[in-house]
Parts: sequence; C-alpha cells; structure tokens
Amino acid sequence: MSDEATEDLRVLRMPVELDYTYSAGRSASRFLRAIQEGKLLGQRCPVDGKVYFPTRGACPQHGMPIDGEPVELPDTGTLVTYSIVRVPSANIPLELPYVAVQVLLDGADTVMMHVLGECDLETVHMGMRVRAKWKPKEEWSTSVANILYFVPLDEPDAAYDSYKEHI
Amino acid sequence: MAELTGVIGIGQTKYAAKRDELSMPGLLREAAERALEDAELTWKDIDAVVIGKAPDMFEGVMMPELFLVDAIGGAYKPMLRVHTAGSVGGSTAIVAASLVQSGVHDRVLTVAFEKQSESNATWALSIALPFSVATVAGAGGYFAPLVRGYIRRSGAPEDTGIRVAVKDREHALKNPLAHLHLEDISFEKVANSPMLWDPIRYLETCPSSDGACAMIFANEKLADRSDKPVAWVHATEMKSEPTMFSGRDQVMPRAILDNAKSLYKKAGIQNPREEIDCAEIYVPFSWFEPMWMEGMLFAPTNEGWKMTYEGATKLGGDLPVNCSGGVLSSNPIGASGMIRFAEAALQVRGMAGEHQVEGAKKALGHAYGGGSQYFSTCIVCSEKP
Repeated sequence: MSDEATEDLRVLRMPVELDYTYSAGRSASRFLRAIQEGKLLGQRCPVDGKVYFPTRGACPQHGMPIDGEPVELPDTGTLVTYSIVRVPSANIPLELPYVAVQVLLDGADTVMMHVLGECDLETVHMGMRVRAKWKPKEEWSTSVANILYFVPLDEPDAAYDSYKEHI
Repeated sequence: MAELTGVIGIGQTKYAAKRDELSMPGLLREAAERALEDAELTWKDIDAVVIGKAPDMFEGVMMPELFLVDAIGGAYKPMLRVHTAGSVGGSTAIVAASLVQSGVHDRVLTVAFEKQSESNATWALSIALPFSVATVAGAGGYFAPLVRGYIRRSGAPEDTGIRVAVKDREHALKNPLAHLHLEDISFEKVANSPMLWDPIRYLETCPSSDGACAMIFANEKLADRSDKPVAWVHATEMKSEPTMFSGRDQVMPRAILDNAKSLYKKAGIQNPREEIDCAEIYVPFSWFEPMWMEGMLFAPTNEGWKMTYEGATKLGGDLPVNCSGGVLSSNPIGASGMIRFAEAALQVRGMAGEHQVEGAKKALGHAYGGGSQYFSTCIVCSEKP
C-alpha cells in the first residue's frame, strides 16, 4: 500500500465531457458565413436604427426581430475601454499579459470584445484608433477568431464624446 | 395588503478558502442550523425552504437543490431554487420574504451558498462563444474596463480603490466570520500588490470563499413572539436589464438607478444618505463602492468617490458601508448577496458584535450580478413601518 492511500481523500477530480452540436440560427449563421469570407456584418434595429454587431436576430432593447438588410462594416474602429490582463485562465490561449479591449467598429453602435496586439502596454489608451489584423486567408473559418487581434492605427484619437455612450 | 414580515433568525458559516472538512450539504446545514438556533426554532417550525446559488457550472453539480433538500430540512416541504448570477443571494432572500408577505407561508427558511474550493469560477466565467473571442479571464476581466470607464468619467483620484480595499479589510478584522483577516493591511500594501486586471490590483479583488448564509423570515404575528430583536422588512426590490444593447450605460446601468428609486419610494425614504444608518453593498472589486454609492443615490453622479475619500463609508462615518468586511473580505459567490441582506438585518437587530454601528435603526442590503445587470436590494429596520 502506498503512502498516499492512507491519506484522507477530501476532493476527487473527475473531469466530465459533454459534446454537442451548436446550431447558430439564421441571423448568426449569416454573420458567421460572412466572416468566413472576411466580411463584418451588422444589422440595424428597426426601431431606433442602431447597428448591432454582430447581429443575433433580435434587438435586446426593443425585443424586435432584426431582419433587415445587413450592413457591412469596415475592420477599423475605436478602442472604447480596455484592461491589461495578467491572470491566466484555462480556456484562454493568450500569453500574459495581454490587452483585452472593447472596440467600437466604425459604423457600429455596439462594442465587440477582442485583444490588442503589436502595441506597448504603456501606450494603450481609451480613444485609440485600431484596425483588425486577420489570420492568413487560408485559415479563415466561421469564427470571430479570424481576426487575430487589433493593432493601433497611425491616426489621431477619437474624441471622448464620440464613444463615451458605449462604456 | 402585504403581510408585515420580519427577519427573526440569521446563520452564517465561517468563510474560508477551503471548508473541506464539510461536504456541500454539511456547509448549508451549518448555516441553516445557526439560523434556527438564533430564531430559537426547530426544523418543524419551518413551512418552506428557498435556496439560491450562482451558476451550477461553478461546482459542476447541476440542480444541486435536488440533493441538498434533506440537508436544509426541505423534505416534504415546498422548496424553490433561485438563480440570478451574483445577485442571487439577495434575490433568494427576496423570494423567501415574498412567500411570507403574500401570506402563502408563515415562516420560511432561506439559504444561499457557494463552495468555490470545489469549483473553478474563472473557467466557468470565461467560456468561448462562436460570436466572440474569449478574452475576459473571470469576473475581474469583465469589470476592469468598466472601472476604467468610471475613473474616466468621474475624474476620481486613482487611489480611491486602494482606500476602499484598506477600509473593508480593516472592517473584516472586527468580523470573526470573515475569510480574510489581513492584520497588516495598509495603503502601501494594497498599492504595491500586483495588477491583475489593470486597473484592478490583487488586493482590490475579492477572495474565493466557501460558505453559506441562512435567514428565517416570519409574519408579524410569529415575529412578535420572538424574544430577540426583529429586523422588519420595509421594502425589497429587484430590477434587471439585458447584458448588452446599443447605448447601454455599462458603468451606471439604468437597472440600479431604477431599483434605488423604487426601493426608497416603497420604504418612504426621501433622503437615503440622511435616513439610512448603514449599508451592505456588493463590492467585489474596490471601485464598485464609489460606483454603487452613486447607483444607490447616496451621492450625486460622478461624486461617489468623495464619500470614500472623506471617510463617510468607514465605521464611524456618516454612512458606514460593509462593516462586515464586505465581499472584498469573503466571497462565497452565491451567498454573498444574502450575506449583505443578513448583515444589514444584524445591524438593525443590534447583533453585529464588534462591527456593530452604534444605534443603527435602518439599513440597506444590496447585491448585483451578471454583467452589472441584476440588482436586488432591501431596507430593514428595527421598527415596524
């Protein structure tokens, strides 16, 4: 009998797995198929005309279906707010520290969460103009991860008033 | 007309990183038995049980209420499970109170818990969805950008968060049940602790705790029989909103402002800072104290940090906040909201021990959860309305 066997067992780790097939639905499928082609699709809320990116079929504020024509958005935007993350998480495959950002794409009225790359931590700030850095085209799939990260643009900062309502 | 309802019993476990001498049922049992002991009742006096906890994925036990029913005396009695993310402890207490207020039951036991040592909350909160890239790394990763937004809009001095962290840990030294007892806590110690999710430092962050909290609510007739002081429920409120919509104010959600207005109206409170003697506010990261001082209308917009700065929120200040040490000193997630309600009740019962606010008559309990989208609050008082 080994020594360990005589110790009290308090916690037993028993990992379980659950495999499932995820069905994205009509609206999200259109978004994901577009991003496979390198296109970023948003859609307007029929009530207030705000552009949701990505669209998920219904406006969370008004409870209305968003089924109008999609709006193609550029891959540039404004860094609205951010955090420098120094905490590891088992399901985030990024090297620490990394910059988690909320980006307001030009023409969108909702922010997306992503990561900022190719940038000194000291120089990150709110209002920075950024552009998406894409994976090589042959690696594109139906995933937002086709965008590797955002990189700073050599442009003047966006005015605080232009993005403050998105924080 | 709703039945007047009072808190007649409160039970809390010792909060710690690992209560591995207790099973999950054992943890709940400890809190529930202490609440019965406080109320001088036995299991047969309880008509129904309400249980709450944060996402089941934290411990990986789905619908744990089914196997916990015996431990909390729920067998052959009506039992309800509540889930509203981090605010769940508060909303669970509100559901229990409403069962008495509505006249459905006379005496209800409620318990909320989390056993974080058997879970990985950071993992459970960092799930990858096909529409987004997983970047958040736990609750701190989610809230840090919002804290940055608050600092930007309020112009608060950058050390405000450090002051909150020191204050709550000093309060915790007066609460034997608190998880963290940092005897050598100081401004320098917090300031020099590592940045985890910039601008949130390690010592500005709540711990991961095991623990459970229980409360017993009774109608006026039964509560009047109690030999001990009763905390009368003057008002409760729950408000929520979607996590994401265009133009959503993520820093100061409409749901908390609406919650505060409605709560004070129900409780007949005109000037919350004048009329409320102390508050237990859900502050898992230090900066949420100034933010929720504004959200609960104790301070004008962008001026919540001044209350921290002036020492108003310390024991001895004009509105002591989190005299128990708060979520920053003990965070069994699912229980954390109920602990706020229970500690508010202990204060107006005059039973808070060393962290008692002298002469406290009216207290606020507050909890929030999800992406700052669920809010549950209560006003308890030593006197009937």
